[in-house]
Amino acid sequence: MKFSDFIKTDAIRAELKSATKPAVIEELVQSLTEAGEIDSEQRDDIIAAIMKREDLGSTGIGRGVAVPHTKHPSVQRLVGTVGVSEAGIDFDSLDGEPVQLFFLLISPPERPGDHLRALENISRQLRDETFCRFLKQSKTAQDISQLLQEADDNQFAAG
Amino acid sequence: MSSSPLTRTVTVRNAQGLHARPADMLVRLANRFRSDVQLGKADQWVDAKSILSVLTLGATCGTELSVSAEGADAEDALQAIGELFEGGFDEPNGVEDAESTVDS
Repeated sequence: MKFSDFIKTDAIRAELKSATKPAVIEELVQSLTEAGEIDSEQRDDIIAAIMKREDLGSTGIGRGVAVPHTKHPSVQRLVGTVGVSEAGIDFDSLDGEPVQLFFLLISPPERPGDHLRALENISRQLRDETFCRFLKQSKTAQDISQLLQEADDNQFAAG
Repeated sequence: MSSSPLTRTVTVRNAQGLHARPADMLVRLANRFRSDVQLGKADQWVDAKSILSVLTLGATCGTELSVSAEGADAEDALQAIGELFEGGFDEPNGVEDAESTVDS
């Protein structure tokens, strides 16, 4: 699976405004709502579901990366977005470090395989330190989009 | 005391596969041991103490993985990790769910 299979370009956010965990989750879900990827009536329910998942254990997986996510019956296919915070946001990460890179995913309940393949792709690409660093330094949504495209074209991680 | 790695095979039993939360549980467990612990899927081997690495396996329900441990507490590590997989990470068991569901 490639980033272009699930990351919605119009929902990518550079220079996130949020400073807290609930705020950044809302900001990213809102970005998907504005991009027309999720039903605005479902927005609050999706935010609540993502927060509930965070209560089970933070999706801040270390290295300044978090993958907040939920399953939700209102989406027909996996949708996701990327957000970058230059300052970093306290996300109760597994390594205690603030998070700068967010990959937010919403998947249909009956497709656990797609969610796993998205996680596989994200984690594989982020193991490349150059890709990770460039993403964190991105100032515009266009920069992020271009980096994801380059990753899809195998210009970073080899395997 | 042998220094060669011990290995065993485990199967992903929970329906959702080795997603972020089970991966976190596995990595936390592996980190309790001093042994070097590796997880293998086909010919891809990753460090079982790094969640970013474990997630790169993208292991779905039913996937067979190899676990390899090398060090003084390798045997205990394999035992504990095997139990975690057998217990399905305290999540619904995919095999039973599949059997009890009739496609309509």
